[in-house]
Amino acid sequence: MTIDFLVAALLTIITASTPLVFAAVGEIVAEKSGVLNLGVEGMMIVGAIGAFATGIITGDPILAVLAGAASGALMAFIFGCLTLWLLSNQVATGLALTIFGIGLSALVGHQFVGVTFAGLPKLDIPGITDLPFIGPLLFGHDALVYLSVISVIAVAWFLRRTRAGLALRAVGENHDAAHSIGYPVILIRLMAVLFGGVMAGLGGACLSLAYTPLWIENMTAGRGWIALALVVFASWRPWRAFFGAYLFGGITIIQLHAQGLGVAIPSQILSMLPYIATIVVLVLISRDDVRMRFNAPACLGRSFHATG
Amino acid sequence: MALRFEARGAASRAMVLGSPAIAVVLTLAASLAMFASLGTDPVRALQAFFIQPLSSERGVAELMVKATPLILIALGLSMGFRANVWNIGAEGQLTLGALAGGGLALALYGHESPLLLPLMFVAGIAGGMAWAAIPAFLKTRFNTNEILTSLMLVYVAILLLSYLIHGPWRDPDGFNFPESRLFHDSARMPVLLQGTRLHIGWPIALAIAATAWILLARHIVGFQIRVVGLAPAAASFAGFSRTRIIWTTLLAGGGAAGLAGVMEVAGPIGQIVPVVSPGYGFTAIIVTFLGRLHPVGVVFAGLLMALTYLGGEYAQITMNLPNAVTGVFQGMLLFFLLASDVLIRYRIRFVP
Repeated sequence: MTIDFLVAALLTIITASTPLVFAAVGEIVAEKSGVLNLGVEGMMIVGAIGAFATGIITGDPILAVLAGAASGALMAFIFGCLTLWLLSNQVATGLALTIFGIGLSALVGHQFVGVTFAGLPKLDIPGITDLPFIGPLLFGHDALVYLSVISVIAVAWFLRRTRAGLALRAVGENHDAAHSIGYPVILIRLMAVLFGGVMAGLGGACLSLAYTPLWIENMTAGRGWIALALVVFASWRPWRAFFGAYLFGGITIIQLHAQGLGVAIPSQILSMLPYIATIVVLVLISRDDVRMRFNAPACLGRSFHATG
Repeated sequence: MALRFEARGAASRAMVLGSPAIAVVLTLAASLAMFASLGTDPVRALQAFFIQPLSSERGVAELMVKATPLILIALGLSMGFRANVWNIGAEGQLTLGALAGGGLALALYGHESPLLLPLMFVAGIAGGMAWAAIPAFLKTRFNTNEILTSLMLVYVAILLLSYLIHGPWRDPDGFNFPESRLFHDSARMPVLLQGTRLHIGWPIALAIAATAWILLARHIVGFQIRVVGLAPAAASFAGFSRTRIIWTTLLAGGGAAGLAGVMEVAGPIGQIVPVVSPGYGFTAIIVTFLGRLHPVGVVFAGLLMALTYLGGEYAQITMNLPNAVTGVFQGMLLFFLLASDVLIRYRIRFVP
């Protein structure tokens, strides 16, 4: 196996993992505030079409990425209104968000089928990016890849080291106590949900602008759900979610390469791997009941209604 | 002036039934805006969606054909949702039912026997149950979240179907199309109304709805399911086994979805094709909520959601609207329903 092939494989793993990093880290923030948003898949797919449509119409990659983030946030806002203000069931509303998002994206995307996007510009530092092996792996990506790493660092710092992060975690652990000491529970949760939407939208933008720069109906193919599983797998910690995302990106790409190399296993069976791996990982993590209860935000999924 | 929600002393029964009606009206209003923004005449679009399909005998029969799987799956799911068991992988269980039942039809190809179809039903139910047993086992044994496992298994099931019809089950005379051969007559659902696709699955679904109604209202299992969902602590004091409820509800959901799957391939489709369901397993979730988790409600909600599928097809043919409108419509309906449901437990007060 040549170095070039290895570099190419690692680069595709990074492109495949970045959407998962965004979506999972965004969902960690939402869930840490006590909101279980199962609509990640829906926010991602709407982010993907929002970014792609804007990219095609304006030709501007920056606007496209921003549109992806905004589309995700808009979806998250619908979810926030319903669950936080109208106190609807979070599981059901998340499902609704996904069903709606898949339909809406197909409706909007209908006119963009078969069009390709030029892709996102990649960082290219003359002399440095050309370094063998290290160069392309560290200095040859599009901005979203770097942004995903920055967001992991920022979220880990925010949750652990800032006052606002503490307030967010307090709301997620005990919303009644947080309310009684004066934290605006609904507002904090809305902000967390919106952040989750922005991140899922960015994840979708990665898919339609960089991973496969064209629009395919239902192109997220369950990645939003895998991101949700990653949150559990990571015990709600951003860095673990980052490594989990790369693990899944790796599995996805390795099975693709195995298909390409003509391994004697049918391609459909290989394509099952990421989904089966998700189940296996969930089982391994959740079998430890004590650890699960210790890590999961205590108010996850519960509605808050201030009385008095 | 501000709006405030005030908790009601008891859940409003009127609003339990009123909320779906409000949701339908709001969805219609929102879809008028949606059609207008798509640049089509909203009134004509709504007519194509909801009136035109019902103006012929064939249309009404087709409505029942599409409602059959939705009602079956939603009946199974509603049991689980009552007990807070979130099986959202019915699409996968439907696929496995189609594969198990359809596989039997292919294995016994050419055998003429009145027993074949009932056997296929049994195989389909078993297939769906087997697929639902995986999340049930993982949930009860390892405490694994059934939402994520059942959903992941949807993708695995669809890939399994794709493998089978691209490989071992491909029609030998099918010019390499990824499809199984057409089932022979004994393996097909008898048609009830000549000239339409209405098959015996429709009365079967209605009979199962009636049975589920009696079971939930009169049988101890129904009572246990309701208690586990409403008051888990009380249920455990009363000695109701949560493990048993999880197994029962998931197997019921899987079995019903499996039956729906085999009825699809043995009914309107007549062979195993790459896409055996246009998302019935997911739409059934909406049917379940719209039907208030109640068997009778599920029948009406199933017919309404079937109309959105049918209307989507009509609107695509007559007005060239993209088929995806159906999905938007269904999602909006569930949004508005969940929003209106706030009125069950709260009343709105205007605070000057």
